[in-house]
Amino acid sequence: MPGAADPGFDTLALHAGAAPDPATGARAVPIHLTTSFVFESSEHAASLFNLERSGHVYSRISNPTNAVLEERVAALEGGVGAIATASGQAALHLAVATLAGAGSHIVSSSALYGGSHNLLHYTLARFGIETTFVKPGDIDGWRAAIRPNTKLLFGETLGNPGLDVLDTPTVSALAHEHGLPLLVDSTFTTPWLMKPFDHGADLVFHSATKFLSGHGTVIGGVLVDSGQFDWDRSGRFPELSQGYGGFHGMVFSEESTVGAFLLRARREGLRDFGACMSPHTAWLILQGIETLPLRMARHVENTRKVVAFLAAHPMVSSVGYPELEGHPSHALAKKLLPRGCGSVFSFDIKGSRAQGKAFIESLKLFSHLANVGDCRSLVIHPASTTHFRMDDAALAQAGIGPGTIRLSIGLEDADDLIDDLKRALKAAEKAVA
Amino acid sequence: MELIVDSRKAYAYTGGKPFDPTLPCIVFVHGALHDHSVWNLLARWFAHHGHAVLAVDQPAHGRSDGPPLASVEALADWTLALLDAAGVARADFVGHSMGSLVGLEAAARAPLRVNHLVMVATAYPMKVSDALLTTAREQPLRAIDMVNVFSHSSIASKPSFPGPGMWLHGSNRALMRRMLAGAPGLDGSNLFEHDFRVCDRYANGLQAAAKVRCPVTLVLGERDQMTTPKHTRDIAQALRAHTVTLPAGHTLMTEAPDGVLNALREALARPVEHS
Repeated sequence: MPGAADPGFDTLALHAGAAPDPATGARAVPIHLTTSFVFESSEHAASLFNLERSGHVYSRISNPTNAVLEERVAALEGGVGAIATASGQAALHLAVATLAGAGSHIVSSSALYGGSHNLLHYTLARFGIETTFVKPGDIDGWRAAIRPNTKLLFGETLGNPGLDVLDTPTVSALAHEHGLPLLVDSTFTTPWLMKPFDHGADLVFHSATKFLSGHGTVIGGVLVDSGQFDWDRSGRFPELSQGYGGFHGMVFSEESTVGAFLLRARREGLRDFGACMSPHTAWLILQGIETLPLRMARHVENTRKVVAFLAAHPMVSSVGYPELEGHPSHALAKKLLPRGCGSVFSFDIKGSRAQGKAFIESLKLFSHLANVGDCRSLVIHPASTTHFRMDDAALAQAGIGPGTIRLSIGLEDADDLIDDLKRALKAAEKAVA
Repeated sequence: MELIVDSRKAYAYTGGKPFDPTLPCIVFVHGALHDHSVWNLLARWFAHHGHAVLAVDQPAHGRSDGPPLASVEALADWTLALLDAAGVARADFVGHSMGSLVGLEAAARAPLRVNHLVMVATAYPMKVSDALLTTAREQPLRAIDMVNVFSHSSIASKPSFPGPGMWLHGSNRALMRRMLAGAPGLDGSNLFEHDFRVCDRYANGLQAAAKVRCPVTLVLGERDQMTTPKHTRDIAQALRAHTVTLPAGHTLMTEAPDGVLNALREALARPVEHS
């Protein structure tokens, strides 16, 4: 490798973790659709199982195609490694389950994807893991919520759907004061817009379904470790600093000073819960990542044009995009997201629910569905879909009104998107409450 | 395993098995700004194949108390004292980079206590450029990034270390940053500059080589930009060393773990001839 610096982002997006296949010369990453890998001998098998050698045994635990994806995302984030999972939700669950158990406590931002809120508030509570939700900008609230049994602080880099920018430097510093790691969901920003590890976060996960894949074709997640958090020094994580009965008393922080978390997550959570990624899915996400820098630039460029159009439209009461001066996170966005605030944002239509419905149903280019980060533009009504499980109080705490509409701006011609929105707003105007 | 050496806590990873001093012992010695974890796979393999393993954290690195020691010679004495503390009379020495010089010096100081010496990614003299020393002193994080790039021959080493899905550049950078933050160097230096100066100042290599009595193997990375193979000719000759070259850079244990394992198995099987 020439030069005295790591390759740049665009180069890593194409090459990190992958080289021409030594067996066939294939230049693109091969899809290793196999459950298992032949051992050279009984001794070789035993040493692989006992972590005396590195290699693949069974594709639930690791797979060569998935490994390329894991290395690539880790490279783009600046982490030590990663684990590909069946979905973004599986990545969140894997992170929590590796660090927390019955009797544990999490402090989380209240501005979350509805599914994440549900997992923390209802499902994990059933297994004895309690979560306190705080507004992402309420630093005193974060501090006050930390308890002796707290294991994790958690938030989204850009909160869903109001786009509250998480003050990652401040929240991570607070976490570290208490010997705790900060986990962030970086789905909306991707490493192209923000590298949370540079701002103090310790763990990052993505719903790779969204921008990383970018084409609306597969479901997947990736969990990345910065390797920066000292699990031993914290004293709060016997899961990593004391012997694990499920692997001959292995002490993960002894085995790997900077990779202890991933070692346990793979050897326990991925093995036992089994929420692994298909190699075919990994391959499709890799195809997406190869063009991530190009796509993100275009996503942001289109979004700025659409935001400007909506902000000036008389039928629109508010646009929630942090690049606008009136957004509560405007200052933080300028500091943490200089390349842009992504392409997912919400706005409110002046008028009734019926007018909101007329707006969505009049759109032709925008697809009405439950996803974001597609190359095609998307629209949804959060209160009745992604966040429908939340009561009114929780909706209000997450910044969602009954008339809030969320857009995910794709890669089409911006003028066509604006024409589509213009037409639908006209239809909404005509639809009498 | 924790030991007391020179009245200070010293740590050695034992490969995932309780240490048994009655078994043939291998001592693994890490390089600059590293700790025992760079030997993880090799240490586990040998610990589970009939050996007692001591993968040490040098003073002020990882779990061993500081301060750091000032020279390769002092580190060799410390490592031999650690063997005393562990109840080990003789051992094989395997060292990486700066640690390879420690192994060489230990084998010279106590030739009858070292059965085999394996010097991984070594060179002699192990000079560090003034520019890199200055950068290590003034901008240690930048120096880590530079060394990290020089240390790796690929951005796609398989099957990765210690297992699939690990990004070697990121792992090495995080480990070096952790060591840097963990303890200072001596005389106002940071630990990175300190370790580099220990390598740079070591001048006893050829004299030490003349005292070594055990079989010596050099395991080199053909694409190593930190300790290039061409800088081993004199020391290899002085040690009458067997040389194994692998398709890797400076971080051989992580870029080519199986290749290093095979080289070590072969090296440590050579008949012990204390000439």
